[in-house]
Order: sequence, then structure tokens, then C-alpha cells
Amino acid sequence: MSDTGIGARMLRKEDHRFITGKGRYTDDINLPGQAVGYFLRSPHAHAEIKKIDIKKAEKAPGVLCVLTGEDAAADNIGGVICGWMIHSKDGSPMKAGPHPVLAQGKVRHVGDQVAVVVAHTMAQAKAAAEMINVTYKVLDANVDPVASQKRGAPQVHDVASKNTVFEWEIGDKGATEAAFSNAAHITTLDLTNNRLAPNAMEPRAAIGSYDAGEDHYTLYTTSQNPHVARLVISAFVGLAPEHKLRVIAPDVGGGFGSKIFIYAEEVVCLWASKRAGGVPVKWVADRSEAFLTDANGRDHVTRAELATDKDGKITGLRAKTIANMGAYLSTFASSVPTYLYATLLSGQYNIPNIYAEVDAVYTNTSPVDAYRGAGRPEAAYVVERLVETAARELNIDPAEMRRRNFVQSFPHQTPVIMCYDAGDFDASLNKAMEMIDYAGFEKRKAAAARKGKLRGIGFSNYIEACGIAPSAAVGSLGAGVGLWESAEVRVNPVGTVEILTGSHSHGQGHETTFAQLVSDRLGIPADQVAIVHGDTDKVQFGMGTYGSRSGAVGMTAISKALDKIEAKAKKVAAHVMEASESDVEFKDGSFSVKGTDKKMAFGEVALSAYVAHKFPTSEIEPGLKEGAFHDPTNFTFPAGCHICELEVDADTGVTEIVDWVAVDDFGNVINPMIVEGQVHGGIAQGIGQALTEAVVYDEGGQLLTGSYMDYCMPRADNLPSFKLGFTNTECPSNPLGIKGCGEAGAIAAPAAVMNAMTSALGVKDVPMPATPQNVWNAMAHLREAAE
Amino acid sequence: MPAISMTVNGEKVCGDVEGRTLLVDFIRGNLGKTGTHVGCDTSQCGACVVHVDGKAIKSCTALAVACDGAKVNTVEGLATNGKLHPMQEAFREHHGLQCGFCTPGMIMAGIDIVKRKGKKLKEETIREELEGNICRCTGYHNIVKAIQAGAAKM
Repeated sequence: MSDTGIGARMLRKEDHRFITGKGRYTDDINLPGQAVGYFLRSPHAHAEIKKIDIKKAEKAPGVLCVLTGEDAAADNIGGVICGWMIHSKDGSPMKAGPHPVLAQGKVRHVGDQVAVVVAHTMAQAKAAAEMINVTYKVLDANVDPVASQKRGAPQVHDVASKNTVFEWEIGDKGATEAAFSNAAHITTLDLTNNRLAPNAMEPRAAIGSYDAGEDHYTLYTTSQNPHVARLVISAFVGLAPEHKLRVIAPDVGGGFGSKIFIYAEEVVCLWASKRAGGVPVKWVADRSEAFLTDANGRDHVTRAELATDKDGKITGLRAKTIANMGAYLSTFASSVPTYLYATLLSGQYNIPNIYAEVDAVYTNTSPVDAYRGAGRPEAAYVVERLVETAARELNIDPAEMRRRNFVQSFPHQTPVIMCYDAGDFDASLNKAMEMIDYAGFEKRKAAAARKGKLRGIGFSNYIEACGIAPSAAVGSLGAGVGLWESAEVRVNPVGTVEILTGSHSHGQGHETTFAQLVSDRLGIPADQVAIVHGDTDKVQFGMGTYGSRSGAVGMTAISKALDKIEAKAKKVAAHVMEASESDVEFKDGSFSVKGTDKKMAFGEVALSAYVAHKFPTSEIEPGLKEGAFHDPTNFTFPAGCHICELEVDADTGVTEIVDWVAVDDFGNVINPMIVEGQVHGGIAQGIGQALTEAVVYDEGGQLLTGSYMDYCMPRADNLPSFKLGFTNTECPSNPLGIKGCGEAGAIAAPAAVMNAMTSALGVKDVPMPATPQNVWNAMAHLREAAE
Repeated sequence: MPAISMTVNGEKVCGDVEGRTLLVDFIRGNLGKTGTHVGCDTSQCGACVVHVDGKAIKSCTALAVACDGAKVNTVEGLATNGKLHPMQEAFREHHGLQCGFCTPGMIMAGIDIVKRKGKKLKEETIREELEGNICRCTGYHNIVKAIQAGAAKM
């Protein structure tokens, strides 16, 4: 292994600009003559708009234009869409209400955008926005997802009766009912998967710029997938055809899913630029706006049941979930509580019968869509809480309970679509138990008790489906797009290489890992490789980064393009060295002719390809540039075992995580340093969900957690250092053997924490987040017993 | 509009600002130094930490006029003659950053911790001192390691 090849802990190429303050995020870009856009937002969760009076605002100092939903309708600016069709049990299509870029007739959540003011300065825009007079007829708000389907609940969208977007099912209902009828034991849990705000540290931002001379638009935006943004804004919003719209996503400061989606503000900045006479319009969310308008994550209410026989073998699992979609269906919202969730309800286990029902409902809250893990954390939470609880009820050690039920042979077809292709669940469990010294837990628990602490231990043996995803498969399930990835390899005459990729890096370190792949394959130093991404004018098309797909799908596309480069370079080398192509070998960066001492370095062949003197250009085209599209044949299945040990202060309810072991199987790893970083960050987000974070609305739909004063982001002193281990079963569905690592921590962690918490407290459940208050309430039985 | 002047990264700068202009807006907007970031509006996240007269402050919570005559250092001023500051180096070596957005504030806060607490820093000290800096990517694990290592080399 070279120090820049596959498997090397190579330091990141992108770091220099970030540590010296030279990163280039959207808000760091300023175009000549740029104005600012400021959005007037709804103060009400649910109201009819009777009248909007903008006359005074339009005349305010510095104002270039004021636009409302009426203007958008007049200019035929379409709404933003949800790109995944889900059908209900009865075969009817999901009920997607309109999502105009500026509210038309009605506002549906606090923060819904009502008008935009474009002015020379932010102060002028804000002052003018104060002069807009909106007459609302305030309506009752529908905030509670469980109550939203009941008779009399306020209707968010006319099209969705009883606020129901769809009533979906998966699995064999009859067989599962039978398994439950015959079960020796049934474990039941009522679980709430708390609503989270993604909180990438860079708030969303956009600059729209219209060039009247060319009738062409440019959008700078904080996006995880600029090409999909261009596609949606062209094909659905109808602002401009694709060749008249360039979308650039420069450095992006974290995404975690929330920057996958196409948001109204991006469209409005583009459109407003044209309306303001071609002046570029910049909008940067402040954090308060982010809390009001970024798509949130999770928000499930689930009754889950597990059927077991007398030996603890699982015979069935069923779940009924209500998924809160918020006020509008965001870009991929409908796929999250369905195909990204219930297809993982088999966990790491051989469960013969599974049936799940999911009702998706509208409420007067901000939209909910994919957030790190997207459906899979919710599934892992259901499965791992159930299995741990069942083990306790059956008096079986939780590790032993898992071993009895692990899938042991592959491929394994689950009853819920997924076909697991590789794994070794015993291996990760055993390694994790060894690393945390499971055998010594009782001693540590006793020692903790002596200092007034309740110590608990909890497992989470998660599995997820990522490397998203085979186009035909997702198409058959309702996706409006294919989920392949593209790559282009441009070799320059001097032998340096540019990789153009449809993947987008917003913290994942693609500039490093993708260069490592190229270095490994072509035998050139990684610093001779540049990664180009995030610009629709440079990269022809791509599907972006989410679902841990950049390795398994994006790098495989690069790998395929490199195959073509190698094949063509061999042809060129064969001619130059006057040898038969079949005798040319490529190894360690040079082409050689078998059985001779003839040899050419990669750079020499590249130059020959461009000089084109020594091969027949009638047979071989000059140049060295190849592209590839890769469509995966299966999802990939990262899996592992996380074990959490925590201590609860019995007097205060304060929780401290005292140890954390994560053993993950991500298949082959390109850069262990970067992979470890991904695991750390994911675990921290999962611990945040379990212990500190929740988006809370009051019953009128006002957001109570609208800033970092109220929404508790995990800080450094809420978290431990993490102990990581790895096992490896290579992924068979891509040539690199990669599974993906981006979401694992966030998927695994909540169940590990809450299994440890319930073990410490000796209770069946504590609601997430297990804040000191919730923990205190859950300890009532201990206080009563002590009295 | 009041005229102000200050020394930023060793360079004399001046400008006319409104009374309400925040230091971070002066640095980013007037001076074009965009390494200092804004991640929240309640002075919690710490992406905007700079040094004013030798002390770490959140530049989103200081008025530019209040810093008239001050010596301000931002992340752009840390490297000298192309040589990175040991804290910058440590963040790179220990993979203490992912998306890079919180990083300038983290590095500036890290240097300040060393100034106040010395070069031998315990993990728990660093974790406690980072109360005012939020990172969403790293889980802090490698940031803590980076600050510990950077401190030792300062």
C-alpha cells in the first residue's frame, strides 16, 4: 500500500484552505452589484391570507422589488415538488398538496415564506418588510401527528382528507398475524422517534443571478446535489430549461441530508434577480430561519411488537407508524418513512414474518425529510429496542438473544424487499463485547452504585441499506429519478488528472479519497489529481451525495472510467512501443511490454495520446478522456455493533456516557482516518437525538426550539471519546468492495443509548431525548421504592 | 456613519460603518476576510471567534465601533511567512475538521484555551472550554485531540 493509495491514512488535501480561512462557501461569494433578498415569513402556523399590501414597502428606500405568491403565479413559477411517489394500500397515489415558492392563499407553518423584499442592503430590506401589511385569518393549527387524522382536526391541505398523505403497508399481514397468534411471547413497545433539526453549521444560502443578454441564470447554493436542483428548477418549477441554468454548489458547510432538497428560497433568488433587472440576489439564512425552514428529520410515533418462541427465536415483527411530514412534502420526504425505513425492519436477524403499516400525515410544522440515516435510524431504533426488551423479558442475555437470531448465511432475502449480500454479525458483536469488557460490566455497575450512580449498558446491532441505489429498483418503488452516478476522467498531456464527479463533498473529504483511488489505480501521486465537483457547467450530470453513496456508487463510476482510461492508454502505449496490445501490461504507473525491457511511464503515454504522432488517428482518437455512468446492482449493507455504557446520577437525572465502543463493517475502506471521523460525527448526532435534541412546537404551532438557546446541540462536554473497531466482509456488488460509512453512527447510536438508559433505570422506556427531566420522571419508581 | 480604524492581522485598516455594524460584518463585508464565519444568531456556535487585543471573542456579539483602535486577529492571520500555526497544523494532522465551517472558530478558540490554561491540556479541560463552540461533523473527538496536540507544540 502506498502512502496515498487505497487504505492509507492520508491527510486531507482540502484541509489547507479550511484551516487558513480560504474556504469558499456560498456566503463568501459576492457578485458585482449584488442585492439582498429578505423573506417575510408567516408568524402563524395556519392562516388564510386575505390580503397582502406591499405598496409602502415597494417605495421604501433601497428597495428594488417586492414579490408575493401572486407574482409567482402570474410569472408561471411552479412550486417545489416531492420526487418519490408512494401508493396507499388501496392503490391510490399519495396526496401531495401544492408547495408554492411564496405562499398562495394560505400559510401552513410558522416561517412559511409570504413575500420577498429585494433591496441594496439587508437593513433596507428588513425595514421595508416591516411595511408589508398582511391580513391573515388565523385558523386552528394541527400540530400533533397522532391527532391529525382524527375527525375535526384542522385540514392542512384540501387534497389530503384527514391530513393523510398515504396509508402504506409492506410485508405479509396474514402470515405475520399468524406468527403472533402462535407466539410464546410478545414484546410490545410504544416508541417516539423525536423530531430533529439537522443543523449543518453553515446555514443555507443562495445567490441567484440572471443574465438578460444571454437569457441565462446562475445559482450559487448550499446543495448536496446541484444537478438535481437544476433538474427540478428546470423541469418542475419551470424557471428555465437546463441549458439556461447553471447551478454551483461551492464549499458546503455540512449537509446531513438537509441540503439535498430543493427549497423555495433558491428558486425565489433566481426569479427575483430577473424581476430586479438582472441584479444578483443573495439570501443567507440566519439560524432562526434555519430552525423554521430547514427540513427536519425523524418524527415517528410507532407501536412495535416482536413475537418470539419459547427459546427466544424471533417469529414475527409488526409495526404501526405515524410519520409526520410537516406542512409540505419535501423533495424526498415520502421515501423516508417507507422504503428507507420499513425495508430495514428485519435488522440483523432472521425474521420470517414482518408487517408494517405507515400513515404519513400533514401537520402545521416545518417539512420533514431525510436527515443523516433517513428512515434507517428509525428502523434500527424499533428493532434494537424490541430485541433488547424481549431479551430482558425472556431473561436471556441480550447478546445471546441476538446471536440466536442473527442471519448467518448470505445472500439473505428478508421479507421486506432487501437482500443482504454480505456480513458477519457475530464477528462485530464479539469484537465489541471484548473491547468494552462486557464480562466486567457487573463489577463496574456495582462500583458506580457505591458512588450513587446508576450504570447501564446497551447494545445496538444495526444494519442499514446504503450505496443508494439501483435505478430500476428505486424506480419500481416510486422514485422519480435513477440513482446511478457519473464520472469523467480527464488526463492532461503531462499526466496529471482531473476527476469530474457527480458526487458532492460537504465534509466527507472526496478531494482526498477520490484522489487516493486514482493514485492507486494509475500509480501517480495524489497531488497530481484534482477533483472537480459541484458545478453543472463543469460536470455534465450527477445525482449528488446522500445515503452513503459517494463511495459505493460515485467511486465505482470513477473506477469504471479509469478502466476505460487504462484500456485506451494501453492501445496508445502498444503503438508507441511497437508491441501487440495484448502484450502491454500496466502496473505501478507504467506500461511495459511483456518479455522485453520496453517501458513507458503513465505521463509519457498521456503525452503521446495528445501529441498523436505515433499511432494511427484513424483507428485511435487522440486525447485521453473517458466517462462512465455506474448504476449499482444492489444496495450495500453496512452493519455493526455499538455498545454504550452510561451512568445516571440518581439525585439529578443527569446522564454521562462513560464508554462507547463501535465495531463497524463497512467493507473495504479507502481512508481509515476519514472513515473514523464519519463514525465519530454520526455517533455524536445519535447521542444528540437520544439525550439532548428535540424540535418542539407548542399546541398553537409556535416553534419553541428556535435557537441554540433552546435546541440543545451536543457540546464537547456532553460526549466521550469513542473506541472504534472494524470488521470487514467485502461488498460483493461493487468492484471496490465498499459499503459506505456516512450514516452508521447516527443509525446505531440512539438505540445503544436508550438500551443502556433503560438498563440503568430498570424501566421499559424513557422518552427521547432523555434529558435530566425525562430521566428524573422515569426514576419515580426508584424514589418510591426508597421511601 | 462613524469612521473606525483597527489593526487586523498586523495591517492597519479603516472604514465607515453604521453604529449597528457587527465586528464580524466589518471583517467579512468591509475587509473581505471571509474566513470568519457566522453560524448562529444567538452567540452560541463560536464559528465567528476572533482575537481582539489578545482575547478570544465572538465577533458576532461585538460592535465594530467598540473595536475602534483594537488589534484584531483572524484565522487568516495565523500563518506566518507561509508557515502554519501549530494549532492549524494540528487540526489537519488529527483530522479535526470535516466541512470546515466551524474550524476557524475552533482554531481561534483552541489557541485562546492554550493561552489561558497552558500547553498541557487534559481532555476534560478542553471539552469544558469548548462549551462555546459547536461542531456538527466531528463529534469533537478529533478536535479535542487536535487542540491537545496543537497546545503541546505552541
